[in-house]
Amino acid sequence: MRILPRGLSRLIRTTAFKLLAVYLVVFAVFALFMIGYVAWHTRQLIETQVAESVAGEVRFLSEQYRIGGIQRLVFAIDRRTRRPGSSIYLLTNFNGEVLASNVSDLPLGLLDAAGTRFTFYRRSDEAGAKENLAFVEVFMLPGGYRLLVGRDVEERDTVRQMVVRPAQGALLLILVLGLVGGFFVTRRVLKRIDSMTATSEIIMAGNLSGRLTVDGTDDEFDRLAHSLNAMLERIEALMIGLKEVSDNIAHDLKTPLTRLRNRAEEALRGASGEAQYRAALETTIEESENLIRTFDALLMIARAEAGQARGTMVPVDLAAIAENVAELYEPLADEQGLDLTVEAEPVQVLGVRELLAQVLANLVDNAIKYGHPPAGARGQIRVRLRREGGDALLEVSDSGEGIPEKDRDRVVERFVRLDASRTRPGSGLGLSLVAAVARLHGGGLAFSDAAPGLKVTLRLPALSPEGLA
Amino acid sequence: MTLIQTSDDSFAMRLLLIEDDRDAADYLRKAFREAGHVVDHAADGEEGLALALDGHYDVLVVDRMLPRRDGLSVVSELRQRGEATPVLILSALGQVDDRVMGLRAGGDDYLPKPYAFTELLARVEALSRRSGIPATETLYKVGDLELDRLAHRVSRAGKDVPLQPREFRLLEYLMRHAGQVVTRTMLLENVWDYHFDPQTNVIDVHVSRLRSKIDKGFDVPLIHTVRGAGYMVREGLK
Repeated sequence: MRILPRGLSRLIRTTAFKLLAVYLVVFAVFALFMIGYVAWHTRQLIETQVAESVAGEVRFLSEQYRIGGIQRLVFAIDRRTRRPGSSIYLLTNFNGEVLASNVSDLPLGLLDAAGTRFTFYRRSDEAGAKENLAFVEVFMLPGGYRLLVGRDVEERDTVRQMVVRPAQGALLLILVLGLVGGFFVTRRVLKRIDSMTATSEIIMAGNLSGRLTVDGTDDEFDRLAHSLNAMLERIEALMIGLKEVSDNIAHDLKTPLTRLRNRAEEALRGASGEAQYRAALETTIEESENLIRTFDALLMIARAEAGQARGTMVPVDLAAIAENVAELYEPLADEQGLDLTVEAEPVQVLGVRELLAQVLANLVDNAIKYGHPPAGARGQIRVRLRREGGDALLEVSDSGEGIPEKDRDRVVERFVRLDASRTRPGSGLGLSLVAAVARLHGGGLAFSDAAPGLKVTLRLPALSPEGLA
Repeated sequence: MTLIQTSDDSFAMRLLLIEDDRDAADYLRKAFREAGHVVDHAADGEEGLALALDGHYDVLVVDRMLPRRDGLSVVSELRQRGEATPVLILSALGQVDDRVMGLRAGGDDYLPKPYAFTELLARVEALSRRSGIPATETLYKVGDLELDRLAHRVSRAGKDVPLQPREFRLLEYLMRHAGQVVTRTMLLENVWDYHFDPQTNVIDVHVSRLRSKIDKGFDVPLIHTVRGAGYMVREGLK
């Protein structure tokens, strides 16, 4: 049992145990107060009863004296003292001689004045009686007679003890049981927290796939485990994303950088004339421009994801943007053998005009790049803006091959390009930016089949039509 | 032979470059000189402000982050003192809100780093008031091409050329900067009011459409492509 003291001290440090201890102390204080109150009240009640019964005796004996004089009084006292559990009596004449009594060992001078008081006495009619406390009343009778009537009050204390003792016992029992019960409850709680701590230590050690156990009771711990698991899910996704991005950055930025360097080295080593140097330098500039574009796109995405632009959002006429961007791209689409049409309902959103235009430009640009029908016929690109409930839906559909359903989630990831050969120009960041800007505006991005072709839908929360000027 | 295409050699500008990076400053000074302009250089904000207030420059090129006095503060101080010289702000910060801040401080143009020198040169020349056609002019003329800004009419050799509204604005911008190189991003910014990188050659297609309406059937082309830079409207090739 060497483990117990350590386990116990850890138990005592737990929050549950501290709460339990505080609760027990508060309970004990209230219980003590209650017991004290009951005891005090009992004592008061008994004292009143004693005083009343003494007063009753005095009344009765005075009556006897009034009717039959001192003989009748002595006779009455004698009779009374013979009853079991009787009161105490003492009658003296003007000389202080005792005429009738069942007490001894009274303090001197007790009979000097009339009135009520407490005193110690010893019964004289019982052998070996011990000294007890009594409540007495001294009464002066005509002719110098003095009468003392009293009742034992030790009984009062006995009754009080009868009330208080079991209450004290019960209190002690409750405290002990509370401690023991608290020990077990705390240990159970502690066990679940311990398992959570153990799991989080595993996760901290680097195993991000670890999850807290959920035992299905749907209690506070289950709910905590659920939300912590959801958080871990998100962190794991972010970590995987980060890893993918850094892998992709390694590829998409390092590859052109390597090419750049190789070309420069090659030109230094082998170029023979100005024309060759010039060609090498021109490709160098071209490649560095592509790199700058990629950096800019990454920065824009990072900015959009950080959400800083939210503070600068203003009502933006999305229909004007749709028409503008369509107009900007229409000649290019036409030249590429595609008909670009636009159909826009008036809708306003709260947003950043520049970013929204950039996003639509990216979508239209993609449609022009990938939206050619396979047969070589003239393709169609449709830009459509409509209001659906509280949302503005901006759709760009083309008549190309579309995106296979399994790849639709992937295309918004950074640097992902379905064109495995990467022959067509592009950084693989266009749709990532669209998705980031959609999230920045509190909306989302969806891909569907335009049969044939791809339909990209950007859903943004619209401003109410009353807001339109 | 210079590597950098420039506009008509007929005008030279006096430029003040406020830039603390020595390499960048040396490079820009040399490149502007090769393009036929005179460049003074200040290495910090205070010196730059003093020079800008003293000398009579055509255009100021101000880096945004400078020692002793920030570039934006130089510009707003100049504007407060009533100095109206056009200012182009150079900055490593290229987001939309950074640009807005730069223009709000009193800048006339904003170019994010890294930039191509041809882009910077074209923008600086476009800012200069000593070239192009004054913005108050209502009738632009280049050779036999006329653009009436009030009547929204374009004619070549006396014959009306019907243009779409956007084509009109495109030609208007090109003609106002006749004799100067106008880059694709300048066109996107000034004709469409967008500041993003269009990535593909959207602007080229617009210009070639415009060109087919303006130059087709005429011996002398007026809209020229400047390789590696952009476009220029001018009378004949020299």
